[in-house]
Amino acid sequence: MLNIALPKGRLGETVYDIFENAGFPCPSIRESGRKLIFENPDADVRYFWAKPSDVSIYVERGAADIGVVGKDILLEYEPDVYELLDLGVGTCRMAVAAPRGYRDNPQHTLRVATKFARIARNHYAAAGRDIDVIHLNGSIEIAPILGLSDVIVDIVETGTTLRENDLEVIETIVPVSARLIANKSSYAFKTAQIERLTRELAKKEEA
Amino acid sequence: MKLDPSILDDTEKLNLALRSLYLRHGFTRFRMGKFEKYDLYMQNKDFLISDNIITFTDTNGVLMALKPDVTLSIIKSRRDVPGTLQKICYNENVYRVSKGAGCFRELMQAGVECIGSVDERCVGETLLLAAESLALCAPEYVLSVSHLDILRSFVESVSDSASVRRRILKCVSEKNLHGISGICRDEGIAWSKAEALRALLGLYGTPESVMPRLRELCAGRALDAELAHLDSVLSVPLGAGLGGRVRLDFSSVSNMNYYNGVLFKGFIEGVPDSVLSGGQYDKLMRRMGSRSNAVGFAVYLDMLERLSDMEAVVPAFAEE
Repeated sequence: MLNIALPKGRLGETVYDIFENAGFPCPSIRESGRKLIFENPDADVRYFWAKPSDVSIYVERGAADIGVVGKDILLEYEPDVYELLDLGVGTCRMAVAAPRGYRDNPQHTLRVATKFARIARNHYAAAGRDIDVIHLNGSIEIAPILGLSDVIVDIVETGTTLRENDLEVIETIVPVSARLIANKSSYAFKTAQIERLTRELAKKEEA
Repeated sequence: MKLDPSILDDTEKLNLALRSLYLRHGFTRFRMGKFEKYDLYMQNKDFLISDNIITFTDTNGVLMALKPDVTLSIIKSRRDVPGTLQKICYNENVYRVSKGAGCFRELMQAGVECIGSVDERCVGETLLLAAESLALCAPEYVLSVSHLDILRSFVESVSDSASVRRRILKCVSEKNLHGISGICRDEGIAWSKAEALRALLGLYGTPESVMPRLRELCAGRALDAELAHLDSVLSVPLGAGLGGRVRLDFSSVSNMNYYNGVLFKGFIEGVPDSVLSGGQYDKLMRRMGSRSNAVGFAVYLDMLERLSDMEAVVPAFAEE
């Protein structure tokens, strides 16, 4: 049986539709309730919902054979997994944002508020810019408004939250979308299932 | 004195079963009775799994290290004797940062190194011994085999830039075909240049199913010697009837400044990460001033702690 970890929320539901259309249905997943694990022995699949940032942990540790996770999470946590497919959904970008009209002063260490410390460090290290990372877990947008940071590094989807808080994107770091990942050991023992699923999903994505 | 096996835990039994296997195959045991200077590891830090090392100052003021690795000590402790082959095995605890715990742990490791006149037969026999080691750990195992010289040829034909090749190799290790396409797009590299590499990465399966397609892909690339080498090495496990356990998989990547030729990883069902890794490391030997060639592997016994099927080892151990 193939264990599949999906991210809870709207993205997970979109992704499940793609899996179902590709021939890996599990009708019970659509039933309302608080259940988190769903099985369809006929299709030989077991789905479960996980917090989006935890999906890669389930897959890396082998609790799930495959999963769907945003590229932002893969870049931040660098799990040792295969990244088999870009599903082309959940598209957004990792960006640097600052208060409107902000000008960087290279004489000062740049204070960067973010949930994505590794991505921020790697980005500014490549540019040779000295930074002070302020790790926050949410409401990143208020950090520059309150003077806690100069800029933020965060996911930007439509930019509405930024605009409403008088912030603007000053640099895009990397485009982000949902990726199909697989555990390396599972791939060795469930090759046929994982390759078939990947092939079917790739066909759907091309269509 | 008769040893009562019931006093040993499963990992200890497996450790001893592996030692017994290696001694039966003519390996001599290496024991690390002393610590190495920190410099030894720092000069070859990319060879190590992790560059986090526990250091201490010896009584003479020299900075030493708690062994993060055994192979470097084995190489350092021997002398080149032309025309000979040394077969060394070890069971040692090493000190590394555990991936899950994020802190240093004492990790039990068993392994073998063949150093000297290493020919294709010797590499093949090492591969077979790796398969036999995995069989001792669990009934269901897979030995994944790559050939770095073949992979290098495909990667180098995509780009001349060292940084682009590094990024491509990372994608290779992730089976990330869309990532390779993205790099080509960003760097203005023609799609056709990466097509062969993408096809190489798409090959995965038993030698019987993959080798014919690999030969087609390598046509016109001056890789006849490398293909013959791979064929010859694989003939040993295949000759032992283990072809169904071997997977050719070019996503296995290691530092190409140290490793060359055949690289392999062992997986057992129920353990999420590779429990065995090894390969040829002639380049490391050159870096350490030796003219010898070398091949070896290590079994990570800490990875097997939670394996429920480890009682399979017990009868094997008791019989011995």
